[in-house]
Amino acid sequence: MSRPEHIAPPEIFYNEDEAKKYTQNSRIMEIQEQMSERAIELLLLPEGAPSLVLDIGCGSGISGSILEENGHYWVGMDISSAMLDVAVEREVEGDLLLTDMGQGCPFRAGAFDGAISISALQWLCNADKSHHRPVQRLYKFFSTLFACLSRSARAVLQFYPENGAQMELVTSQAMKAGFFGGVVVDYPNSTKAKKFYLVLMTGGSVALPKGLGTEGASDGVDYARRDRAKNLRKPLKSVRSWIQEKKERRRRQMKKVRPDSKYTGRKRCGRF
Amino acid sequence: MKLLTHNMLTSKCIRGVSVGYPLIINATEVKVNQTLFNSEFVSKLIPKVDWPVLYNAAESIGHSEDLPKEAPNDFEQNEEFLKKAHRALVEIEVISGNLVCPESGRKFPISNGIPNMLLNEDEF
Ligand SMILES: C[S@@+](CC[C@H](N)C(=O)[O-])C[C@H]1O[C@@H](n2cnc3c(N)ncnc32)[C@H](O)[C@@H]1O
Repeated sequence: MSRPEHIAPPEIFYNEDEAKKYTQNSRIMEIQEQMSERAIELLLLPEGAPSLVLDIGCGSGISGSILEENGHYWVGMDISSAMLDVAVEREVEGDLLLTDMGQGCPFRAGAFDGAISISALQWLCNADKSHHRPVQRLYKFFSTLFACLSRSARAVLQFYPENGAQMELVTSQAMKAGFFGGVVVDYPNSTKAKKFYLVLMTGGSVALPKGLGTEGASDGVDYARRDRAKNLRKPLKSVRSWIQEKKERRRRQMKKVRPDSKYTGRKRCGRF
Repeated sequence: MKLLTHNMLTSKCIRGVSVGYPLIINATEVKVNQTLFNSEFVSKLIPKVDWPVLYNAAESIGHSEDLPKEAPNDFEQNEEFLKKAHRALVEIEVISGNLVCPESGRKFPISNGIPNMLLNEDEF
């Protein structure tokens, strides 16, 4: 399997074409949505209360949409302006920042109740520029992430480690930055469904939950939740129909939405 | 960029900048988007928000309107106040302009509603 992070730096790889492809492929969307759902479950945010969550490598806002569906507010950071432009086009509710996570999380202390990151962290393990030092970039990222989380907050980062050494590198830098925690592996016996979640805690060490599909994991409930979540969402047909469906959903929930117009979901031309 | 984000955002990732807060806003386009009011979320935010920074930010872009200069102590029960806070925090959006680091003067352009916080190699 080819790894995109070996092909080009993220801001080049996730260009306009890739950004569009990404958000029109219902298979990709479904996988990203499932992992986002699982990451939010592992975040253990206070039940039933809206939280402010940081989404690192938020891309076109797929993970952010799942945060919205769970009633949370979010701020997203990403290094690809093409991906962020697609998020704006999709009218996500989160606020967006063009940033390189390797340069740190630019927020004041205790700003967020939690953080998620879906399929982005492995990019930090690469040296894309001559001055990049992966170890330093990882440490900068984790130490500033630690600082901008409120006490007792967690960060859950789903990623694709290339090998054991990379997993060790990432985990050790997170611990050095002050986090407790480790990696939860879901479906370890399936080549396809196997997923890695780095679960980081700020407020002392608590036992990590068991991965799904492992012995002793209470996956009955989890499967049910996942199936329900799946039925709620239909694959994306176009940006326009996606927005319309979302607006419809919000109207049913008696929320205020902007009326549809001939501009809904149309590509915005140029910059403002 | 919503003012909630501005309230959390710093430029301390720049080498030599120690606080980098609050960032100065030079807005060339501002939009107000009506969104669902969630009193629970807003009142949970109030203790976290630096209120004077929020007030000054709103004022600097011409949207202080009837926002109070200080957050009242009874904010949790004060629906009228929470509605104003909601408007300032998540409905006002800076679409284009600049953010300026208060210590170094470094400008961060905002376009399509997105601040560009990327630093050059020699800045961090
Ligand atoms: C596979 S996409 C996932 C996007 C989104 N989280 C989702 O699940 O749909 C990975 C994203 O990580 C972003 N990324 C990669 N390296 C980054 C960095 N150094 N800083 C910020 N974002 C980065 C890419 O631009 C891309 O949008």
